[in-house]
Amino acid sequence: MTGPLGDASLPVLAAPVGRSAVEDTLPPGRTRRGTELAMLAFALVVTLVAYTAVGLAKDGQVPEGLLSYGAGLGGLFLVAHLVVRLLAPYADPLILPCVALLNGLGLVLITRLDNASDENRRLAGKALLRHDAPTQLVWTGLAVVLFCGALLVLRDHTRLSRYGYLSGALGVGALLLPLLPFVGRNINGARLWVRVGPVQVQPSEAAKVLLMIFFASYLVSKRDVLSLAARRVAGLDLPRARDLGPVLVAWGASLAVLVFQRDLGSSLLFFGLFIAMLYIATERVSWLVIGVGLFLGGSYVAYRAFGHVQARIDTWLHPFADPQGASFQLTQSLFGFGTGGLTGTGLGRGSPDKVGFAVKTDFIFTSVGEELGLVGVMAVLILFALIVERGMRASLGCRDGFGKLLAAGLSFALALQVFVIVGGVMGLIPLTGVTLPWLSYGGSSVVANWVLVALLMRISDAARRPAPAPVNPGLARAALAEAHTTVIRR
Amino acid sequence: MNRAVRRVAIACLLLFAALLVNANVRQTVLAQGYRDNPGNSRVLEQTYDRERGAIALDDGTTRTLIARSTERDGRFRYLRSYPSNDLYAHVSGFYSFIYGATGIEKAEDSILTGDDPSLFVKRFTDTLTGREPRGGDVVLTIDPAVQRAAYAGLRGLRGAAVALDPKTGAILAMVSAPSYDPNSLTSFDGTAIRAAYDGLTKDPANPLLNRAINQTYPPGSTFKVVTAAAALADGRTPESQVPSPTVLDLPQTSVGLKNFGGESCGGPTSSIAEALRISCNTAFAALGLQLGAQKLRDQAKAFGLDDDSLTVPLPVSASRFPDDPNPPQLAQSAIGQFDVRVTPLQMAMVAAGIANGGEVMSPYLVQEVQAPDLSRIDLAQPKALSRATTPRVADELTTMMQAVVDRGTGTSAQIPGVAVAGKTGTAQNAPGAAPHAWFIAFAPAKDPKIAVAVLVENGGKDGSDATGGRVAGPIAKAMMQAVLKR
Repeated sequence: MTGPLGDASLPVLAAPVGRSAVEDTLPPGRTRRGTELAMLAFALVVTLVAYTAVGLAKDGQVPEGLLSYGAGLGGLFLVAHLVVRLLAPYADPLILPCVALLNGLGLVLITRLDNASDENRRLAGKALLRHDAPTQLVWTGLAVVLFCGALLVLRDHTRLSRYGYLSGALGVGALLLPLLPFVGRNINGARLWVRVGPVQVQPSEAAKVLLMIFFASYLVSKRDVLSLAARRVAGLDLPRARDLGPVLVAWGASLAVLVFQRDLGSSLLFFGLFIAMLYIATERVSWLVIGVGLFLGGSYVAYRAFGHVQARIDTWLHPFADPQGASFQLTQSLFGFGTGGLTGTGLGRGSPDKVGFAVKTDFIFTSVGEELGLVGVMAVLILFALIVERGMRASLGCRDGFGKLLAAGLSFALALQVFVIVGGVMGLIPLTGVTLPWLSYGGSSVVANWVLVALLMRISDAARRPAPAPVNPGLARAALAEAHTTVIRR
Repeated sequence: MNRAVRRVAIACLLLFAALLVNANVRQTVLAQGYRDNPGNSRVLEQTYDRERGAIALDDGTTRTLIARSTERDGRFRYLRSYPSNDLYAHVSGFYSFIYGATGIEKAEDSILTGDDPSLFVKRFTDTLTGREPRGGDVVLTIDPAVQRAAYAGLRGLRGAAVALDPKTGAILAMVSAPSYDPNSLTSFDGTAIRAAYDGLTKDPANPLLNRAINQTYPPGSTFKVVTAAAALADGRTPESQVPSPTVLDLPQTSVGLKNFGGESCGGPTSSIAEALRISCNTAFAALGLQLGAQKLRDQAKAFGLDDDSLTVPLPVSASRFPDDPNPPQLAQSAIGQFDVRVTPLQMAMVAAGIANGGEVMSPYLVQEVQAPDLSRIDLAQPKALSRATTPRVADELTTMMQAVVDRGTGTSAQIPGVAVAGKTGTAQNAPGAAPHAWFIAFAPAKDPKIAVAVLVENGGKDGSDATGGRVAGPIAKAMMQAVLKR
């Protein structure tokens, strides 16, 4: 797991948690912020080239908004970079460029789908709809502001653990908000939305981050109880019945989300996330077994009890059974991926809009597959994988349990979310609607995921920051060997 | 915790690996199946991103494009346009994003898109050299001068005109009136296209209908040529006498069959030639009764009636001779009334068959198929469709039809210095409605270069006073002159 920046020959310093806490630390001054800036510039260039390609495909002209668009996006990237340089100088230099590229590409795809909507409505003789790309750019701006704000306010991520229960309460509250009368909105059969004035918000995105903070702080404080008190049955260390409480609560809550909000994707996400964090906190395989068992049981019950769950499964098994009806979107999505083939049709030259409803949100990856082909699909997936694995690396390098657990949880949440939606639109698993982080249209998603990245960057900064150098390393080591175990740095 | 974090990190990698493997399988192995799935309209739409071949006319000196693709900006790169507007509309058809294709655009679609197997090598080399693939061109047999003459003659009327080269079957003109502008259906402005299409389909004159090949009419007296052919083939001569009363008593009914305007045919009997010259109804009705339904139908079939599979390559509606007429119906059928129904193309084939010594050539519109670099891929090979009658009978019919134009009902088609053979028709179609005016002809009689059939619905501007000679004859004449002047 030694990365390009790791240096195992560094002196082994105080490492209260884990054996590899130090392998990723850097000597002072080697922050790699210059690398980050160069890669951000590269991400901006790729985005603008793609934006130009969309314009050329539309009317053969370089889009007139290219300069302002480039300046706006470039400005946002630059601000994010400067704030990181100032406030989290040791943070992983790879994460921000990957996020920036994905976000830029998302804006390009939304612009492209705006054009398709115009063309379709002109062909149908209907009034044109307001474009979504400018809105998404505004949301991206807000997201970057919150990203910077999070880094500014939160100078030490461990402080967050104090607000564990508050986060949990806020998270659950956010999750339940759409169920309230007056503010809750039922859109396309799922009650996931809250309307505040003119703005629609999907609070489950914010709930994701809030609940993870809660999970991390709760599990770190209870990890001893959860991992030590156990009975061994048939080779598995089973937890005590009363310790099962939190798991059952998480399971019940995600089922409740599924039932009342008809949001399969989010419930799957929350449940998977909690089990993974429980496993990381306790390192007990038994939790995984229990979690998977509960998941399978819950899935079976849901399959038998709910028509819409059943329909999803049937569509997944037989995507071409009802191409004009229930499986229309999945069929069209697969057609898109197939038509795109190896290299894609080129931006603006395919028909990803055929997927219809949710083409800019849940099905945005279909546009990648059709117009950028397998090459683009693999590139985007690798970008996500890079962010996830750099996040995991931050977790490994982090010196405190809370940060470790939070970083791993955030990274895993990202991986699972990408898996759920990309696997869904590509027919690998039954389709459940969640957004594809940074690519999908939607303010809540973009903001929540930029804040998620801010947390990852903060933890990564802490993980890679060189520990305060002892006055005399040799002396410190000798003293350390004889000293009692104490917390040196928190 | 690190051990668990590492394991979860590996689990994440496995999730991404599963996604990557799935993507690779779907976008390579399964991709072709998705592309070819009939529910996938993306591939069809991609044809709008490729330059479609042109539909062209070529009279040996100039090449006229009647349909071509012009590059534009936007989601679909090529716009189909028709430089001659409505002149060739029913030949070229239209190629519309919303309403599909008609005419040659539909019949020769695989050539025009470039998907035809005959263009495979070209396509392959294009792929290798990185050139953008383009469809092949289709060159038609239409002679612009004849087409224009027919179009001018039918302006403001409802009807159709067809001209054939009797020796080859090449279609020199195909006009249906009223026509429409295919450009109005091929833009990418959905509102405008829908409005235009709505207007065309709601128009009682039905401009989208190709009357030349897809509408059948009672042929009236032009059908007497077919009855005469059957009689001559049956052993009679042009001088054979047939009864020609002013009113022919029809068996099994109290109603008699009269001549046009109730006139007499100049005596109780008349020769077949004379009866044809003055278009005597009673004589030909009597002749039909003498011959019987079977011989009449056989002769009609020999000229191409009752053929359900004719394509030029536009599909042609079958012309019909009634199945099992009783004697009064047979008498009516012999003069092209009752349930005899023909397309204008069919009557042009009758004229052309006689002009070509009794052999009907298969009519065709496509002269040549060319690759995008104008190299020839396919050239039309004229072929016989059927032998309608013997050269001797054809000769006799020609002489008789010359008399029609020289000093009979068809004098309006006389061309100075050229022997023209023709036959008029004034067909009753609905009670109270003005008759359809017909004219079929070919010229020069001895070495025919063009055979035509002209139909004007309900007598055109002349209404119930119309006769085939007066209304349709001049149009036929102008069409023939367009070729003969050359």
